[in-house]
Amino acid sequence: MTESSGSKLLNGEACQRTLRGKNAGKNGFVKNHCVFEHPRKYRRPTERSQNAAPNSSLYKKPFSESFEETPLLVAVLTYMGYGILTIFGYFRDFLRHWNIEKCHIAHEREQQKDFVPLYQDFENFYTRNLYMRIRDNWNRPICSVPGAKVDLVERVTHNYNWTFEHTGKVVKDVINMGSYNYLGFAENTGACASAAIETTHAYGVGVASTRCEIGNLDIHEELEQLVARFLGVESSMAFGMGFATNSMNIPPLTGKGCLILSDELNHASLVLGARLSGSTIRVFKHNNMQSLEKLLRDAIAHGQPRTHRPWKKILIVVEGIYSMEGSIVRLPEVIALKKRYKAYLYLDEAHSIGALGPNGRGVVDYFGLDPKDVDIMMGTFTKSFGAAGGYIGGRKELIDYLRCHSHSALYATSMSPPVAQQIISSMKIIMGEDGSTLGKDRLRQLSENTTYFRRKLREMGFIIYGNDDSPVVPLMLYMPAKIGAFGREMLKRNIGTVVVGFPATPIIESRARFCVSAAHTREMLDTALRAISEVGDLLQLKYSRRERPLSTPGWTYEESLLQD
Amino acid sequence: MYFKNFREYLSWLYFQYLLITGIYVLEPWEKSIFNSILFSAIAMVVYTSYVFIPIHLRLALEFFHEIFGGQPESTMTLMN
Repeated sequence: MTESSGSKLLNGEACQRTLRGKNAGKNGFVKNHCVFEHPRKYRRPTERSQNAAPNSSLYKKPFSESFEETPLLVAVLTYMGYGILTIFGYFRDFLRHWNIEKCHIAHEREQQKDFVPLYQDFENFYTRNLYMRIRDNWNRPICSVPGAKVDLVERVTHNYNWTFEHTGKVVKDVINMGSYNYLGFAENTGACASAAIETTHAYGVGVASTRCEIGNLDIHEELEQLVARFLGVESSMAFGMGFATNSMNIPPLTGKGCLILSDELNHASLVLGARLSGSTIRVFKHNNMQSLEKLLRDAIAHGQPRTHRPWKKILIVVEGIYSMEGSIVRLPEVIALKKRYKAYLYLDEAHSIGALGPNGRGVVDYFGLDPKDVDIMMGTFTKSFGAAGGYIGGRKELIDYLRCHSHSALYATSMSPPVAQQIISSMKIIMGEDGSTLGKDRLRQLSENTTYFRRKLREMGFIIYGNDDSPVVPLMLYMPAKIGAFGREMLKRNIGTVVVGFPATPIIESRARFCVSAAHTREMLDTALRAISEVGDLLQLKYSRRERPLSTPGWTYEESLLQD
Repeated sequence: MYFKNFREYLSWLYFQYLLITGIYVLEPWEKSIFNSILFSAIAMVVYTSYVFIPIHLRLALEFFHEIFGGQPESTMTLMN
């Protein structure tokens, strides 16, 4: 009896082993007991739609996020366009090299001609020959508060964007679809502004010292306590610079012998921080929990490379809202994985804090989770609060440790008091502690605007990326010439947009990115949508091949008929 | 898209051509270089096809006629 069962077991194991050997083709392949099932492997992904989440039980409400596939013809034409522009780029570089035309941009000096060339790599080529041609769409100088509407300084160029001249005129009341002003706190009037002015009178603009030395003011303590209460964590810490909050606080947390699992689309500050820390970095596919789980399992099973010692710490680094894709992190699943594999979680809420959730408390609030499940809550005050700087929230031990070890706490000057006051006032408004419902109204307005704007764009037939609830709305443009044309045509219609091209996105996935704000009224959004639809027809941007809902002919068609 | 007249339609088509090829962002002299190269290439293709395709067609027809055509009587000539 025992013998037979034993042999059975052995046979079974042997069988398994051979099977595994055949399948995986290498030893030490980790057994498959994953929390999240792998999808069928050889399915052709016609659409990266994530409507049917494999773990919908973890979500309290539907999580619908979609990335429509690039139409093949569009992809081919995009590559062709880049090809043509590259040929002309080489032609112009040839002319510059033989001094047939003057080079307006930094180039190799005559005296250094035998040194290593400095301006030869692809990025320089791209800047010289592709970016410069449509440079008028970026870095537009403004001369008013960047609220819902903004005034632009008019500028002209006489030499194809190499230099600009200001005409002295101002383009008034451009609808601002580009600022991360989610809750509309970028104002120069109102409660926040007057509180900041009062604080300036009381404290001045700064004390020019670090928090550790003589730069610590009571307003900073107040801010930190408020942030901790707002987030629902034990303790928090504020920094004067959002980028440095990420890049300088990951290094004290992890080091040699630690592993960082980072989303492939994480912001540059997180990437920099992870690299500075000296830990091993492994990158998982964007918002792909199967990929993350596989990396976690491999990390635990194999340990560090060569020595095979276990990793000291495993830190998962994700963002709340990804600013280029408009997607929201699958936080319930990340937390489930983190708990199961005993890893730590670093959540960057730069875009999501204030913009998501019924109480504006970010992605944790949006999913209705416990903030204590996230080990390190990071975020910035730059976006929703209309201020500057960043924070880190978490357990008291963590914050005390960071106070002593973080470079941005030890060496950076403390936050300017008026900025701190702006954050305190706006945060209190969001929390409803000012005794009004202004904050609630703004949150409601933002979520209504987001839903409305996304729905309308989708109905018009544009390819829109991201989650339905995310206020970052990327609209796909694809072709290089359309990046320039879209920005210019929208500005002609008095709407300021952000267009994004190569270094920030993959080379064929150029896009325009709209940021919906609570400050936008329905009329502004309608004006913007009308203009977008018009430009979309002009530039043929309505690529989507999804079936559009038939029941809503809506105002867009009627109006476009009237206009034409 | 609705157009008032044919001319507007043509200008829209030209705009689409500019956008898709990417030459929208080029300077005018570069545009004219691209256009002249492209159109001369097209013109050459058209011209060569006009000149050579009839000849090739005729040759091909003759060739296939020889293969699939009926047995010519001349092969059965008497040998005396």
